[in-house]
Amino acid sequence: MLGAFISLLAVAFIGFFLFRVLPGDPVRAMTQDRKVSLEQLEALREQLGLDEPLWRQFLDYLGQLATLDLGTSYQYRGAESVAGLIAEKVGPTVLLVGTATVISAVLGTWLGVRTGWRHGSTSDRVNTGIALTLWSVPTFWLGLMMIILFAAGAGPIPDIFPAGGMRDPDVTGWALVPNVAAHLVLPVITLVAVVYAQYLLVIRSSVLDEMGSDYLVTARAKGLRDAVVRRRHAVPNALLPAVTMIAIDLGGIVAGTILVETVFSWPGLGYMFYEALKVPDLPLVQGMFIFFSAAVILMNLLADLVYPLLDPRVRR
Amino acid sequence: MSTPTVAGPRRLAWVRRGRTLLRFWREFRRNRAGVVGLVLLVGACVLALVAPFFISDAELSVTKAPGPLVAEPSWDYPLGTDKFGRSILDLIWQGSRVSLTVGFLATFMSVVLGTVIGIAAGHYRGWVESLLMRFTDWVLVLPTLVLAISLVVVMGRGLGTIIIAIGVTAWPVTARLVRAQTLAVEARPFIERARALGGGHWHVMTRHVLPNVMPIVLARTTLLVASTIIAESTLAFLGLSDPSRVSWGTTLQEARDAGATSAGLWWWIVPPGVAIALVALAFTMVGRALEQVYNPRLRERR
Repeated sequence: MLGAFISLLAVAFIGFFLFRVLPGDPVRAMTQDRKVSLEQLEALREQLGLDEPLWRQFLDYLGQLATLDLGTSYQYRGAESVAGLIAEKVGPTVLLVGTATVISAVLGTWLGVRTGWRHGSTSDRVNTGIALTLWSVPTFWLGLMMIILFAAGAGPIPDIFPAGGMRDPDVTGWALVPNVAAHLVLPVITLVAVVYAQYLLVIRSSVLDEMGSDYLVTARAKGLRDAVVRRRHAVPNALLPAVTMIAIDLGGIVAGTILVETVFSWPGLGYMFYEALKVPDLPLVQGMFIFFSAAVILMNLLADLVYPLLDPRVRR
Repeated sequence: MSTPTVAGPRRLAWVRRGRTLLRFWREFRRNRAGVVGLVLLVGACVLALVAPFFISDAELSVTKAPGPLVAEPSWDYPLGTDKFGRSILDLIWQGSRVSLTVGFLATFMSVVLGTVIGIAAGHYRGWVESLLMRFTDWVLVLPTLVLAISLVVVMGRGLGTIIIAIGVTAWPVTARLVRAQTLAVEARPFIERARALGGGHWHVMTRHVLPNVMPIVLARTTLLVASTIIAESTLAFLGLSDPSRVSWGTTLQEARDAGATSAGLWWWIVPPGVAIALVALAFTMVGRALEQVYNPRLRERR
């Protein structure tokens, strides 16, 4: 708990350091490549409290964070608060990432257990090979290929899925469900392709670690069938370390989401992040840096809290 | 060949090093994927080095490129051309220079960071160790792409900032591996001997620990290059690189901005991605082979 709190504080500090201290004059950095009048510059300086000492600014900034005030974006003419923008875009991202994570977890665990259990077999080599290849392919390129093959008409079946966005503009009511689902297919496949490979490799090596254990020999000596030994004895133990490993790599899922949403113009957090970095809309980039980092840290805290419930050995 | 009787200690050391290298090569050669990856890598590096002798500036110029605009692959342009009439094959060839250079430099930076932090944490123990490892775990958990993007956005886009951004975000795994290995090395008696003979912290760390963690660092470096090359292409694709320098990522970014995906111009999209994937895969295969040579525990399972 305390560790997570310190981590969050460190994120806040890095956010402050990156966006306020490192650029020298944050106002100049914020208004990069944009036309601003001198009065506007002065007003921004005043608003950010840049005339005060640094430690004072940091405390003010912490106070703002504590009240979930992440500043205002100026991409939207200063009318939109960063926190509000993020809240608005969370839904589509959760839909995309949730669907993809559930599919990846099921697929990755299933394949990981099978390949690890029969390591060295042809199916193990083929599956590990595919996973390693997907691991070497850039996510965004995979997305581009999906569009070319299944949306742009260059593939064998032209035009089956829409190339981007979350819905067609003229669709409303219940017709929205199949429409959104059709838009969801390609982004989810791309994200799954990236994420499941990771799960497969983690769970495979975790199963391999359990393979030589004495308790498996005991289970076999009891006369249990191979499938039962695997399902009842090996898998539950192999999944435990995988929980931590996967929690540590949540940042990878965030990265995958940003790229997939960018490629498919999916109107979620990742796409907004891309739009913000193009401008660049520094308050929005800063806010999203803090949001993504905090989300990942909190998920890790959750994994730490759940772990003792799953594994009686670490319960005291 | 000199007679062994006149061999001094220095020469002996070299002979021994040569023998170790030979043994290492024999072990490495057994891993077929590793050898294939190595051949691919050497080929890619040689091609990247000789690129300027085959491609003139005019052929890569946005205004003076000789080819037809957005042409399909043909005999003259085996991989087609882009919207400026540049040959895609030339772009990939030239782009390999930036992609490999950024990959190597960013990897070097992160490996140096990771090794220094790892050795320091493993050597000093106590509060230094717990502080450094807390910090490492914290960076490890952070979404690195978001951090790298933020760094580039704040520092201004360009090749240099990309290298720094990847370098300062990719070191934690190296640091953890190096620390574990440092702990193992420090427990061995020759460290005690070095201390007893009056070796200080610096001496022990640089003369005894560092040479012994190098194999792990080498394997890790090779694996890391694969991910830094992908990271470079990712940042370039997001438009954070120097647009005037051709790389695999910027080629893909230009293709997407020109609407190549929705128009189905596959010859503009497929080759850069294949190039990235091949090189990344080659580094991964070599890295895994190196790991197996140095870590016999991995060898038997494959």
